[in-house]
Amino acid sequence: MTTAPLLDVSNLSVTFHTPRGPVEAVRGVSFAMGREKLGIVGESGSGKSCTGRSILRLLPGNAALSAERIVFDGIDLLHAPPAALREIRGRRISMVMQDPKFSLNPVMTVGEQIAEAYRAHSRAGSREAREKALVMLEAVRIREPAHAYDLYPHEVSGGMGQRVMIAMMLAPDPDLLIADEPTSALDVTVQMQVLAILDDLVSERGMGLIFISHDLALVGAFCDRVLVMYGGRVLEALAARDLALARHPYTRGLIACLPTLEGGAADLPVLTRDPAWLR
Amino acid sequence: MIEVERLEVSFDGRRAVDGVSFSVGRGETYGIVGESGSGKSTILRALCGLNRRWSGQMTIDGEPQMQRRSVAFHRRLQMVFQDPYASLHPRQTVDRTLAEPLRIHGVGDRQRRIVRMLAEVGLGPEHRFRYPHQLSGGQRQRVAIARALILEPRILLLDEPTSALDVSVQAEILNLLQRLRREHELTYVLVSHNLAVVAHLCAHIAVMNAGRFVEELDREALAERRAREPYTAQLLAASAGYDRAAAKQLVTYD
Repeated sequence: MTTAPLLDVSNLSVTFHTPRGPVEAVRGVSFAMGREKLGIVGESGSGKSCTGRSILRLLPGNAALSAERIVFDGIDLLHAPPAALREIRGRRISMVMQDPKFSLNPVMTVGEQIAEAYRAHSRAGSREAREKALVMLEAVRIREPAHAYDLYPHEVSGGMGQRVMIAMMLAPDPDLLIADEPTSALDVTVQMQVLAILDDLVSERGMGLIFISHDLALVGAFCDRVLVMYGGRVLEALAARDLALARHPYTRGLIACLPTLEGGAADLPVLTRDPAWLR
Repeated sequence: MIEVERLEVSFDGRRAVDGVSFSVGRGETYGIVGESGSGKSTILRALCGLNRRWSGQMTIDGEPQMQRRSVAFHRRLQMVFQDPYASLHPRQTVDRTLAEPLRIHGVGDRQRRIVRMLAEVGLGPEHRFRYPHQLSGGQRQRVAIARALILEPRILLLDEPTSALDVSVQAEILNLLQRLRREHELTYVLVSHNLAVVAHLCAHIAVMNAGRFVEELDREALAERRAREPYTAQLLAASAGYDRAAAKQLVTYD
């Protein structure tokens, strides 16, 4: 890791203006990361997805973003003009969404979509883009890339669709990948395979990865570091291997309320929330 | 309570359930675990009469069942669906949702039953006249459970009842299901892709893949990772959390 972090976010806040008044989704989140796997965990409404989207400034019109700084590889994303942001989005920082069913274009073959994404960020011709798409399909372990290239999204399984999304996002060789619940819709065995692909890409290409998930156990096993979010705040930041030693009652509660194979049928401890956590 | 023999369900000539047999005793909890497309939900839909195109033999509560079910059958067997966002009518209040089964079955004393049922699933009287969009995910699933139980059935079919919920809410719903089962001596058939949830709620577990039961084992065997079949062993390994070395060894079973 170089001296300057790959991404440095300081005091990020996001407020949504709704007819019923302002809603604070993110309240003063700060973190810095290098070329590593950073997990952001939390329950629905904790602000984890919103934090991920804020980095790329991909927020709806009624959202107001404020921060001390959002600096990516020396570039000030907070004050960057839209044209500069478009240069970064997709090429240097890309994002994988949760559900391939809603994120892929249903009337374009998956191969064409990967080729299109690649051409948008390079001067490649159509033939070169096709070659690149096939290479990417192979990189995400799709068995017959030439066959898969011509399939439409409805013809591929959930796991394959998610791998297509990852292939598309990685075609321009980004420095940072933001993955928002990339494996939640997948079966456990497929989930393992998709994670292995991401893992290899981080270690082989030196990419940074922000892994957003509600699954604390999974993040603990997969990531290097974990931020635990609740009510728009980071309650605790710790090394993933130290998750069992978490100090915050919220983190401990989240771990304790999971059923286990050994646990038997005894009642599960229920999480009690303390308003003081959000003060 | 439930006897199923050589159950087969086909969709367009493809066998979704391929000769499955099992039995569940009175007051027992039976879990079916498997990955998407394995046919586990299809079994539940055949059991409860939502899908009539099955073949094989089925005896429920001592009575042999045909493809078509009587109205009275549904007073004994009810189902809770996966997604509480999709399974409740968005334009009906909790009160109407709970009153409808009572009206269909001509049960009187509706007011008292509804109030009592809400209390049993941990909702207050203030929730009674709310619409689903005014409730959280966990509260909606409580309403779905209340709707299933208001006819006082003997058997409850649960199709991924907690997979759409946050883990802290999942714990509350699992505790609720355990309590209700003890208090009402219910028989449960639970379908899930989550091994830990199945092991928590069920004493007997079937592992399913590609329309067939791969193996049946009890909770203790699962806790001790005593799997006889390689498919079960792989499922156990994948559920244990991410492991780069284990990911390499995954194979596809058909």
